[in-house]
Amino acid sequence: MARVVVDPVTRIEGHLRIEAEVDGGIVRDAWSSSTMFRGIEMILKGRDPRDAWVFTQRICGVCTTVHAIASIRAVENAIGAAPPPNARILRNLIIGAQAVQDHVVQFYHLHALDWVDIVSALSADPVKTSSLAQSISDWPLSSAKYFAGIRDRVKGFVDRGQLGPFANAYWGHPAYRLPPEANLLAVAHYLEALDWQREFIKLHAVLGGKNPHLQSFLVGGMATPVDPTSQAALNAGTIAQLKQLVAKARDFVVRVYIPDLLAIASFYKDWAGHGRGVGNYLVYGEYPDDDSAKPALFLPGGVIRARDLSKVEPFDPSKVTEYVAHSWYQYRQGDHAALHPFKGETQPNYSGPKPPYDRLDTEPESKYSWLKSPRYDDQPMEVGPLSRMLVAYASGHPRVKALVGAVLQTLNVGPEALFSTLGRVAARGIETQVLAEKLEDWVDALAANMASGELRIHDNSKWDPNTWPVDAMGAGFHEAPRGALGHWVSIHNGTIQNYQCIVPSTWNAGPRDAKNRRGPYEEALLGTPVADTKRPIEILRTVHSFDPCMACGVHVVDAKRHEIVRVRAV
Amino acid sequence: MSAQRDWLATELAHRGVRRRDFLGFCATMAAALALPDTAAAQIAKAVGRTEKPILLWLEFQDCAGNTESFLRASRPTAAEIVLDVLSVDYHETIMAAAGEQSRENRERVVKEHPGGYLAVVEGSIPAGANGAYCTIGGESALAIAQHVCGNAAATIAIGTCAAFGGLPAAAPNPTGALSVADAVPGVKNLINLPACPANVENLTALIVHYLTFKSWPPLDAYRRPLFAYGKSIHDNCERRAHFDAGQYVELWGDAGHRAGYCLYKMGCKGPVTFQNCPNVRWNGGTNWPIGCGHPCIGCAEAGFWDRMTPFYQHLAGIPGFGAGSSVDTIGGLAVLGVGAAFAGHGLIQIAKRSRDEIEPVPVKPPKGVV
Repeated sequence: MARVVVDPVTRIEGHLRIEAEVDGGIVRDAWSSSTMFRGIEMILKGRDPRDAWVFTQRICGVCTTVHAIASIRAVENAIGAAPPPNARILRNLIIGAQAVQDHVVQFYHLHALDWVDIVSALSADPVKTSSLAQSISDWPLSSAKYFAGIRDRVKGFVDRGQLGPFANAYWGHPAYRLPPEANLLAVAHYLEALDWQREFIKLHAVLGGKNPHLQSFLVGGMATPVDPTSQAALNAGTIAQLKQLVAKARDFVVRVYIPDLLAIASFYKDWAGHGRGVGNYLVYGEYPDDDSAKPALFLPGGVIRARDLSKVEPFDPSKVTEYVAHSWYQYRQGDHAALHPFKGETQPNYSGPKPPYDRLDTEPESKYSWLKSPRYDDQPMEVGPLSRMLVAYASGHPRVKALVGAVLQTLNVGPEALFSTLGRVAARGIETQVLAEKLEDWVDALAANMASGELRIHDNSKWDPNTWPVDAMGAGFHEAPRGALGHWVSIHNGTIQNYQCIVPSTWNAGPRDAKNRRGPYEEALLGTPVADTKRPIEILRTVHSFDPCMACGVHVVDAKRHEIVRVRAV
Repeated sequence: MSAQRDWLATELAHRGVRRRDFLGFCATMAAALALPDTAAAQIAKAVGRTEKPILLWLEFQDCAGNTESFLRASRPTAAEIVLDVLSVDYHETIMAAAGEQSRENRERVVKEHPGGYLAVVEGSIPAGANGAYCTIGGESALAIAQHVCGNAAATIAIGTCAAFGGLPAAAPNPTGALSVADAVPGVKNLINLPACPANVENLTALIVHYLTFKSWPPLDAYRRPLFAYGKSIHDNCERRAHFDAGQYVELWGDAGHRAGYCLYKMGCKGPVTFQNCPNVRWNGGTNWPIGCGHPCIGCAEAGFWDRMTPFYQHLAGIPGFGAGSSVDTIGGLAVLGVGAAFAGHGLIQIAKRSRDEIEPVPVKPPKGVV
């Protein structure tokens, strides 16, 4: 039995450590540990709830919109503010663009190098690469000359002897299975996607001033004026700009990302048999289609248990709880309790080894992570694109059903293949296409409002804290790129009394709970083959399939007995 | 044609960049850095050198916002050239190697090139819990920062967290979060590039300056380059004329808001914030926060999470604050006004916490060209 440690897990957001027991080339047990903590909810206490989104937004700079959205929804829910239709449409556009951009970047820049061997690309034949490219897509950058240029460029880079971020990776590992031409094709699109993401995300700058960390959110609406007669507001010129941006995004997703995904997946179909995980899927739902209190959602919420696609339960917010039995926190009533976020309490209590350390203490009663362990109806749940696509598929969402069916048919696998490492990768791609196709509808809706003279962007009636009740509580739910995100806020006399977030990577990357049931990463790693314990690329494949975002995952609530470290500048 | 020129020409051609465009980029960089026209040729030469300087990018208590900003480098092909001209040997978010192999890459540079590489730090560095609030490969962020930055030729603290402690250091600073200056006492050639996140245009300009002149641009008292932090937002704001004319947004979405009036009354911190957002804007010059109708939140300033909040509370009224007032007078008075605004709105608690528990970043004398 060998203990394999991967720390840092790179090509993710944040700080993640995986320890695994490997025996006979198979992962027999695994521990997922988050190794960074900031205490943002403590910092929020006593502040103006209208400021909270700016603070929580900084939980993550990769999914840079998600904690702003969840926060304003939580505060709006607490104080009863009702954003007007333009705010809903602008938010949908911003959220949808975030998901599309984030998923493409995840595929090419964070995940691809687990499947694509850059060194192998050097021996590719540009003519064959061109044939391959043209056989899977009509994307115009596909000539032999183009791929020869890419190959020579990579060769020039290698010949200079400074490999920079590509040095010392697992190149040549037997788990890499693509032919040189497919590797070269993927490298070319790695570079193209780097340009594409920078251009597409200008949509966020148009609607949010900048990216990362857009700055146009407001409790009660949005700060971006809408007025077709003004040059200082969103106008017809903006509509034209948005239309162009979303058209280019859709083009790249449909003609580059999806064909690449299918081509690469066809060489790795055995990964539909690895990384199964906990088999329960939780979705809050997203993209409100109207302005009612319970709006219809473009992507539905729901819960699927034990991989049973015949039944989708409605999501019930009261069933969410968190454990700290294996987390570096303590509960006053004992660490085996499970608390709802409105009653959540957290007191950091580090009990791990003093740095520097070689191994975490992963004995059955030990704590080993800064993440807590969220549970739904006391069960571990996987969240993210796979959960969303499964719930939409099982709920009969027409476009999702069509695309899931097409992908399964192309790969010649059944629906059970979805419950896997490969299934997560495929679901992320499917969702990207569904959303990239949808963005234009929201641009059209914004234009229609402009045409009809509907220019409101904000509910001013609740802006003044004097209009709020003395005590108010609210919850804000959102589907972030990585999955179900919830913020819970308690307000007293116009200031934040308590604030809590339960985020996608806490659901997925959290440690064992009080009943010693593993979290989704840990469960998914069981049975993963590891050919070489010094180069555990297979572990990276499954962990990356979840798209970890660790800075999001770590939080703390109740400041009543927390440790405050007073630091004097020297 | 020398081998060096040849390499650059090949690189440019492969990226579809015409040499004329590249020289245009260099001229833009020279202008951004307020350098004479002749500097453009010098920049082009430096960028085209064959041996790439090594950069190690460390992430600690961060959100990766500065990394994402880095990926948005806006002059598309030219910015990629700049990426390629550096050898980014360690950057957890983008590097292919993981675990032990990634650590080896970092340690090899420190061992083989002591005093010969650039360090970039993103995120604050926690001193609490013996360093356990942030560990990488079992080592504390504090130990890694002291080891890597302590042996670097220079360190760039990118973003407000690395430069000033930022969000984790906001009251009550639960983890004892420190800036690079405080975590690595005596660190050589520290440049602070605050903002939340920092604008990649300023990082690019800074790196090109370093490559070209083997020195850093002149800095202010907070070790920020003057070329990016020398003037207030207010001084260069496109809505300044509305401020001077007394035309203000009063409600979100009102006629003044739609017409692009001044956001001062909605809480804008532009008068007390020094950064070049109005000039360089964001995402390839696409827009900036005030351009999209939201006030400046002061994110480039030390302690802004405590000193600029509540964000929607306007700075106190300043006598004679109007056309003709010098920005220094306005800025100075307005800074005093922030405290008054806290008191006036019953939020003394937070203001007090910030004074009691957060010491200002120690101001070291700017060295200018180091």
